[in-house]
Amino acid sequence: MTTYLLRRMAFLVVSLLLACAVLFLLLRLLPGDPANSLLSVGATPEQIAAARHQIGSDRPLPEQFATWLGQMARLDLGTSFVSTLPVGPEIAARLVVTVPLTLLSFLLAVVVAVPVGFVAARRSDRWYGLLLNGVSQLGIAVPVFWVGMLLIWAFALYFRILPAGGFPQDDWADPADAITSLALPVVTVALVMSASLIRYVRSATMDVLDSDYLRTFRALGSSFPGAMWRHGLRNAAVPVISVLGIELATTFLGAVVVESVFALPGLGSMLAKAIAQHDYPVVQGVLFVSTFGVLLIGFAADLVQRIIDPRLRGTLSRSPR
Amino acid sequence: MSRRRSATLAVGCVLAGVIVAVAVVSLFWTPFSPDDTSGGRLAPPGPPHLLGTDKLGRDLLTQLMIGARVALTAGIGSVALGGVIGVAAGLLAGFAVRWLDDTISALLDILIAFPTLLLAMLVVAAREASLGSAILAIGLAMSSIVARLTRVLVKRVLAQDYITASRTSGTSWPRVVAEHVLPNIWPTLLVNLALQLGLAVLAEASLSYLGLGTPPPNASWGRMLQEAQATVLTAPAGAIAPGVLLVVLVVGVNLIADGLRDVADPTRRARGSGSAVDPGSPAMGLDQGGSAVDLDPRRGP
Repeated sequence: MTTYLLRRMAFLVVSLLLACAVLFLLLRLLPGDPANSLLSVGATPEQIAAARHQIGSDRPLPEQFATWLGQMARLDLGTSFVSTLPVGPEIAARLVVTVPLTLLSFLLAVVVAVPVGFVAARRSDRWYGLLLNGVSQLGIAVPVFWVGMLLIWAFALYFRILPAGGFPQDDWADPADAITSLALPVVTVALVMSASLIRYVRSATMDVLDSDYLRTFRALGSSFPGAMWRHGLRNAAVPVISVLGIELATTFLGAVVVESVFALPGLGSMLAKAIAQHDYPVVQGVLFVSTFGVLLIGFAADLVQRIIDPRLRGTLSRSPR
Repeated sequence: MSRRRSATLAVGCVLAGVIVAVAVVSLFWTPFSPDDTSGGRLAPPGPPHLLGTDKLGRDLLTQLMIGARVALTAGIGSVALGGVIGVAAGLLAGFAVRWLDDTISALLDILIAFPTLLLAMLVVAAREASLGSAILAIGLAMSSIVARLTRVLVKRVLAQDYITASRTSGTSWPRVVAEHVLPNIWPTLLVNLALQLGLAVLAEASLSYLGLGTPPPNASWGRMLQEAQATVLTAPAGAIAPGVLLVVLVVGVNLIADGLRDVADPTRRARGSGSAVDPGSPAMGLDQGGSAVDLDPRRGP
C-alpha cells in the first residue's frame, strides 16, 4: 500500500504539471494578447509594447510558462489586471463560500441517495421502486438553475422563510446567518446531484443483489442484512466511490451556475466575472486552484477505493491504462 | 421484456417528437414575430397571447417555439462535432502504440476534469456569445468524454480472439476496423451520444442562463428563464414553461437512449429498466482494469 501511495502521489504531481501546461496553452491559444485588457481603445503601438512588456507576454512561450510555474510553486498567483489586488487572498476569500457549499450539498446528496438508491434496487419490482427510479430519471433532466429558481419562488418569495440569495458580508462570523444563506443553494445542488447518484447506487446494488456470492452466502444460512454487511456493501461501494469523486469535483467546479442564481460571492462567480473582463491572472489563478482541488479529490477517491478493494491495488488510477 | 423496451423507446420518441414538431413548425409559422413587442409588458395568458408576454412585451409562445429550435440545434450540433472529434481521437488512441496511447489518455483525463461550462466560458471569452460558440464549446468538451469511451471500447474489441484470427488470416487493419471494430462499438457509442445530446441541451440552457449563449432576438429557454426570474411572482408562466419544455426534451432523449441501449444489449433486458449508464455491469467492464464509472456521460453543469 505504501508503494501504491508513493506511485499515486507521483502521478498526482505529473498530472498537475500536465494540467498546468494544458491550462497555460489553452489561455495562450485564445486570440488576442492578454495585454489588450490593460489598454484602452486606440492605444499607440508604444503603449501596446509597454503593456506587453509589463505583463511579460512579449517573451517566448516556454519562458512565460516557466515563470508562471515558478510563481505557482511559491503560491504566488499574481495580481488582478482589473482590481490590481493579489489573486491568492481573493481566491481564499471566495473558497470560504464555495467549499462549504460543495461539501454540504455533497453530504446531503449522499445521505439522500444511498438509502433511496438501495431501496430502488431492492424493491425494483414494487411500485415505489419504480417510482423512485422514475423520479431520478426526471431529476437528471432538470437544469440546476431552474430548480434554484423554483426553490427561491417557493421558500423566499412565497413563504418568505429563507433568503433568496446573497451571503453575509462578514462571512462565517455568524454561522447561523451563513448557513441560512446557503440553505437554498445547498438543497438545489443536492437535489440534482442525488438524482444521478441514486441511479449509480441503484445499479451498483442491483449487481450485488444479482451476484453469486451473495446467493451462496444466503444459502449458507446468513440473513440478508448479514450478507449485505459482510460482502455486499464493500462490493457495491467501489464503483459508487468513483462516481462520488466525480460528482464532488463537478459540483466544486460547476458551482458557477448556482452561485449566479443565488448571487453568492464564490469561486464560480469570480471566474465568470474575470472571463468577462479578460482578467487573465484571475482566470489562471482560479482554474489552477480548482484543477488542483479536482486532482486532490481524484487522489482521495482512488485511495479510498484501494483501501476498500485490495484487488485494485495493482492499478494506478480509476481510468484503464 | 420486449414490451417494456418498446415502451421506453416509444415514450421517449413521443416526448422528444413533440419538441421536434414544435421546432419544425417554428421554421414556417409563429403566432407573432420574435421581436414584436406590441403585446404590452407581462400580459397574462389569454388571446391573442395564449401564454402571455414577457417583460418586453414579446409573445411567450413564439419565444418558446423558437427556443425549441435553438435547443435542438445546440444539442444536435454539439453531438455532431463532439462525436466526430471524439470517435476519431478514441480510435487513434485505441490503435496507438503504448506511449502515444498513454499520452492521449492522460490528456483526456485532464480535459475531462475541465467542466463543460468552464471550457464554454473560455471559448465565449475568446469569441463572442453566440449559438455557434456554445456549440463549439459543448462539442469540444464532449469530445474528450466520447474519445475516452471509444478508446476503451476499441481496446476491448481488439483483445478478442476473432481479431487475432482475422489478422492472422491476412486482413488489413482498415478492413478490421470497418468489419469488426466499428460494428461492435457503434451500439454503445450511439447510446452514449444520445445521452450526450440531452446533456448538451442542458449545457446550452445553462450558458444562455449565464448570458453566454444565443443572443436575442433568437430565444433560448435558458435566457428566457433568466429574464423571467425577477418577475416570477407577477408572471409565473414565463418562469415555468421554458423549464417544463427543457425537462420534456431531455427526459425524452434520455428515454430514447435507455430504449436504444436495451435494443443494443439484449442481455440487459432481463434486469428491467436500469440506469442509462451502468457502472457495475460486466458490459461496462469493472473487471477490465478500470471502472466504467469513468465513462460517465452524465457530467455537465
